[in-house]
Amino acid sequence: MHIAIIGNGISGTTAARFLRKYSHHRITMISAESEYFFARTGMMYAFMGHLRFSDLLPYENWFWKKNKIDLVFDHVTRIDVLEKRLYLKRSPEISYDKLIIATGSKVNMPDIPGTSLHGVTGFYHKGDLENITNLHRSISNAVIIGGGLIGIELAEMFHSKNIPVTMVVRDAGYWRNTLPYEESEMVGSLIKKQGIKLLLNTEVREIQGNAEGKVKSVVLTDDNVIECDFVGIATGVLPQISLLNDTGIATEKGILVDEYLQTNNPDIFAAGDCAQIRSPDSGRKSIEPVWYTGRIMGELVANNICRNPVKYKPGIWFNSAKFFGMEYQVYGFVPNKKSTEYDNVFWQHPDTQKSVRIMYEQSTEKVVGFGLMGIRYRHEVCEKWILEETQLSTVLADLSLANFDPEFFRQYEPLVLEQYFQQTGKKILPAKAKNLNAVIKFLKNVKR
Amino acid sequence: MKKIIKLLGVLIFLTGFVIFLLALREQRFTLMPHVVESVIVNPYHKQLIKSVDYEMLEEQYESSEAFVNRLERLFRDVKIVEGLNTKNTSSEIQKNGAPLSEYDINQYIFELTLASQLGGIIVESSWWLRMTFGLMMLGALLYIFTGLYESPESNNAGVWQQSFQNRGLFGLLTGSFLIGFYIVLYWFPLYITSWIHLADPLSRSLNGNNAGQWFLYGAMYTLAILVMGTRMLIRYRHDRYQIFRTISVMFFQTAFAFIIPEILSSLNKPRFDFKDMWPLKYDFFFEWNLNTLLQSGHIGVFMLVWGIVLFLVAVPVFTWFFGKRWYCSWVCGCGALAETAGDPFRQLSNKKLFAWRIERYLIYAILIFVIVMTLLVLYTFFTGSANIGPLNSYDVRKWYGFLIGSVFAGVIGVGFYPLMGNRVWCRFGCPLAAYMGIIQKFRSRFRITVNGDQCISCGNCSAYCEMGIDVRAYAQNGQDVVRASCVGCGICVAVCPRGVLSLENASEDISQRGNIKRTIKLNLDDI
Ligand SMILES: Cc1cc2nc3c(=O)[nH]c(=O)nc-3n(C[C@H](O)[C@H](O)[C@H](O)COP(=O)(O)OP(=O)(O)OC[C@H]3O[C@@H](n4cnc5c(N)ncnc54)[C@H](O)[C@@H]3O)c2cc1C
Ligand code: SF4
Ligand code: SF4
Repeated sequence: MHIAIIGNGISGTTAARFLRKYSHHRITMISAESEYFFARTGMMYAFMGHLRFSDLLPYENWFWKKNKIDLVFDHVTRIDVLEKRLYLKRSPEISYDKLIIATGSKVNMPDIPGTSLHGVTGFYHKGDLENITNLHRSISNAVIIGGGLIGIELAEMFHSKNIPVTMVVRDAGYWRNTLPYEESEMVGSLIKKQGIKLLLNTEVREIQGNAEGKVKSVVLTDDNVIECDFVGIATGVLPQISLLNDTGIATEKGILVDEYLQTNNPDIFAAGDCAQIRSPDSGRKSIEPVWYTGRIMGELVANNICRNPVKYKPGIWFNSAKFFGMEYQVYGFVPNKKSTEYDNVFWQHPDTQKSVRIMYEQSTEKVVGFGLMGIRYRHEVCEKWILEETQLSTVLADLSLANFDPEFFRQYEPLVLEQYFQQTGKKILPAKAKNLNAVIKFLKNVKR
Repeated sequence: MKKIIKLLGVLIFLTGFVIFLLALREQRFTLMPHVVESVIVNPYHKQLIKSVDYEMLEEQYESSEAFVNRLERLFRDVKIVEGLNTKNTSSEIQKNGAPLSEYDINQYIFELTLASQLGGIIVESSWWLRMTFGLMMLGALLYIFTGLYESPESNNAGVWQQSFQNRGLFGLLTGSFLIGFYIVLYWFPLYITSWIHLADPLSRSLNGNNAGQWFLYGAMYTLAILVMGTRMLIRYRHDRYQIFRTISVMFFQTAFAFIIPEILSSLNKPRFDFKDMWPLKYDFFFEWNLNTLLQSGHIGVFMLVWGIVLFLVAVPVFTWFFGKRWYCSWVCGCGALAETAGDPFRQLSNKKLFAWRIERYLIYAILIFVIVMTLLVLYTFFTGSANIGPLNSYDVRKWYGFLIGSVFAGVIGVGFYPLMGNRVWCRFGCPLAAYMGIIQKFRSRFRITVNGDQCISCGNCSAYCEMGIDVRAYAQNGQDVVRASCVGCGICVAVCPRGVLSLENASEDISQRGNIKRTIKLNLDDI
C-alpha cells in the first residue's frame, strides 16, 4: 500500500513515524514549506539567536531515509480523489492508496485595507521567519495586531532587538478570550513593564502605505494613527484547506472528520490544525490548532490506517506557553469568565509573577481544572485528579504532589491553602512536601 | 548606560590583557650564587655544579632564550665533569641516590631561570599583578554586573549571533589563545617566567614562597571560576538550583583545590586536594604519591585512605542517590571551570548521533587505559619491577600523562571550549565520568523527568546541553532521560520554555526509569 501525506508538520510527521512503526507500507510525505520537518514552535528562538534554524529540526537528515519515509519538497496543486492521484507543481504526480491531509493552518488575515503592503506579515511559516529576519534591521517601529500567543511572541522578538513595539488588542485584556481576568492582567502588566505599548479595546481599521508600497502607518478604530514600518498580523490562524476545493471532501472551517479522523472519503484522513472534528468530546473544541493535538492525531491516523481503528479521545485539555519570562500552563477546564456553576481557589504571589488557580464544580466540589503562572505543575498528576473527579479538599491537601518546579525552588502550596482558608474559612493541613517516589506511587495506583 | 559600562568593561579587560601579554617582554636574568644554592639542594649535584666555571654568574642576560642557552651550556660542562669524575665518585653517587639526569637538568634550568629573573616584574610585582589580573577581573566583573539589568529569562538571546559564542572570529581567537597557553604552560614554561612571577605576591601570602608554574595555573583557574561563577550567579539569579550549584563549585575550587593544599604545603604536609580522586587524578597510585603519603605520618595515611574511600565508596553511594551530578556539577574542578568559564560555549557541543558513537568508544577506552596503567604502576610499586611482558610501567604512565593528562584534559579539554563546547574532556575523555556514568545508567535514582506531553520540540534543551545529549529526542516522546553522560547541570531544565524538564531522584522505579513514553496515546486495550 502507498500512503501519501500532505504536510510535514508535527501531524504529518507523527503519522509517518507511526505508520513506519506499524507497517511496511510505502510512505511519501510532501511539503512545500521545508525539505525537512522543523518545529515551528521554536521559530522565535531562531530569530532571537537562542537557536539556529537547524536546531529546530528534531530529526537528523538521515532519519527519513533510514526509516524509508520518502520526502517530496513540492507543492500539491490538486487532489484527484477518483483517480487517487496528487498533482504537484514541479514533480510528477503521485498515486496513493490512502491519503493523509495534514496541511496545517494559514494566517487569518484581518479584513482591512493594506494587508498586502510590504512590511505586513503573519508569523506562521518558515517564509515568514525569513521575511522578518531580513526586514528587522530596517524596522524602527513595529505594530502587532492581535493579543494572543503569536502576538506576544512577535512582541518579544522585536523587543529583544530593541525595536519599539505596539500591540493592538481588540479585547479588554491580553488574550482575554482565553485567560481569566487576573492572569490576563498579569501578562498585560508584564508586557507594559518591558516597555511595550499595549493598546486594549482597540482595532486597526486600516494599514497605510507609502508610494513604494511599504507600510507607513496604521489607523486605529479610535482614529489615532501610529507611524510604523512593520505590521505583524497575529489575529489567529485558519485551517489551510484551499487545496480541497472541488474535491468533494467535506469541509467547513476545516476538513470535517469523524471520530476516526476519516473524511467523508474513506481513503482520506485529516489530522492536525486543518482537521475539524464533527462532534468533539465535551470540553474540547472542534478545531484545536496546537502542537499537542497534532501529535495525538498523527499517531491515531497511522493506527487507524494500519490497525484496528480507535476513536479520537484526546483526554483532558492541556496547553502551555511562555510570556516573556513567565510560564503558563493549563490543565482541564479553566474558563475566562466567572460562572455560577464553577468556583475556584485563586492564589497570586504579591509580585504578580506567579499564580495558581484551581477550578472546581460548585455543587460537587470536584476539581475540573488548573491554571498556572510562573509555577510548574505535573501534567499527569493534574490529569489524574481531574479524570477521577477528585474532591477539592483532597487535591488541596496533596497539592505538592503536583509541583514540578526544579529542585530548591520555593514551594507555594502552603500559601494556596492559606488563600483557601481566607476564601472559605476551611482549614486544610498541607501534607508533607512530596517527592517523586510519592508521585510515582500516586500515579501507579489507579484508585486510592 | 548599560552599553557604555559593558564597553568600558571590555576595554578595561583588554587593557589588562595587553599588559599581561607585554609582561612577557620583561626579560632580564642574572644568575646569583645564592640562587644556585637555594635551587640545587642535592649535595652531590651542588658539588658537581661548583666544579665548573662560574663565569655566567652575575652577568646580565636580556632574554630568556640567551639565558637558557647559557644554562644549557653550563650543564653540558657539568655533565662532562660528571663523566670524568664517575670512576672516583661512584661511591658518592650511591650515597646521594642518583646521578644528574636529563630530567634533573631540565628542572634545574627551569627553576634557575625562574629564580634568576630581575626587573620590574620582580620589584614591583604587586603593581604588575594589579595591572594584569586586577584589570582583567575588574573589566570582566563590570561587564558581568550589567547582567543585573537584563532579564535572566532572555539569557540566550543572541548567543548564536555573536562571533565569540558561535565559533566566529573572536571564538577562534579565544580558542587559539587558550590552546597556545596550555601548550606553553605544559611544555615551555621557560618562556612564561614573567607570568609566573605575577603570581608571586599571591603565593607568598598563602604559603610564604614564590609561585611556580602550577601555582600560577591554579590561581588563574580559581580566579576564572570565581569571576565567571559570579556571572553564572547573576545570569541564573532566578534559578535556585543553578545558584546553589555554582556556589558549591566556587567553594570547592577555592577552598579544596586552591587554598587547603597551599596551607598543607606550608605546614610541610603533602599538598592534597581532598575532592580530587582516582581515576581522574590518575597519578594517585604513582610511587611518588604513595611514598609521599606513606612518609607523612597519620595525616598521610588518612589521605591515602580518604582517596581510596572516595572512589570506592562515595562514588557509588552518592551516584546512586543523586546521579553523577553530585560530583560533576557540584564538586569537580574540571566541572567547575566548564560550568563557569565554559558556560558561554555550552551550545557548541555536537548533538549528532555520530558524536555519541565516538563518545562511547573513547571514554570507555580511556577508562580501560587508566585501569591498566594503574595496575601496572601498582605492580611496579609492590614488586619493584618495571616490566610486565612487553609493557614498561614507566612508559605507559608517561604516555597516559602526556596524551590524556595533558593533551586531552588540558589542551583539548579547555582550549577547545570555544570550538567544541565546554565539556569536551568530561564527555569524551574523563575516566571518572565514565565510571560514574555506568552507575548512573544502571543503578541510580536520578533521571530527568519529562512533564507529560508538554514538549513542543523547540530544541532549546538539546542546543544548550553541554554533554551533547539530544534531550529533545526524549522529551518529545514524553520519556524520562536516563543517560550515562548527563552531568545534571540543570541547564536544559532552565532553558526549556515550557517547563517540561526536571532533575529528580526516586528509588521507586529504578529499573524502569525512562521506559514509559507518555506521548503514545493509544492504549492497547482500546484495540
Ligand atoms: C510561532 C508559532 C508558535 C507556536 N507555538 C505553539 C506552542 O507553544 N504550543 C502549541 O501547542 N502550538 C504552538 N503553535 C501551533 C503549532 O505550531 C501548530 O498547531 C502545529 O504546527 C500544526 O501542525 P500541523 O502538522 O497540523 O501543520 P503545519 O505545521 O502547519 O504543517 C503543515 C505543512 O503542510 C504544508 N502544506 C500545506 N498545504 C500544502 C500543499 N498544498 N502542498 C504541500 N505542502 C502543503 C505546509 O506548508 C506546512 O509545512 C505555534 C505556532 C506558531 C506559528
Ligand atoms: S541533559 Fe540537561 S542536566 Fe544533563 S547534562 Fe544535558 S543540559 Fe545538563
Ligand atoms: S526545550 Fe522543552 S519544549 Fe523545547 S524541545 Fe526541549 S523539552 Fe521540549
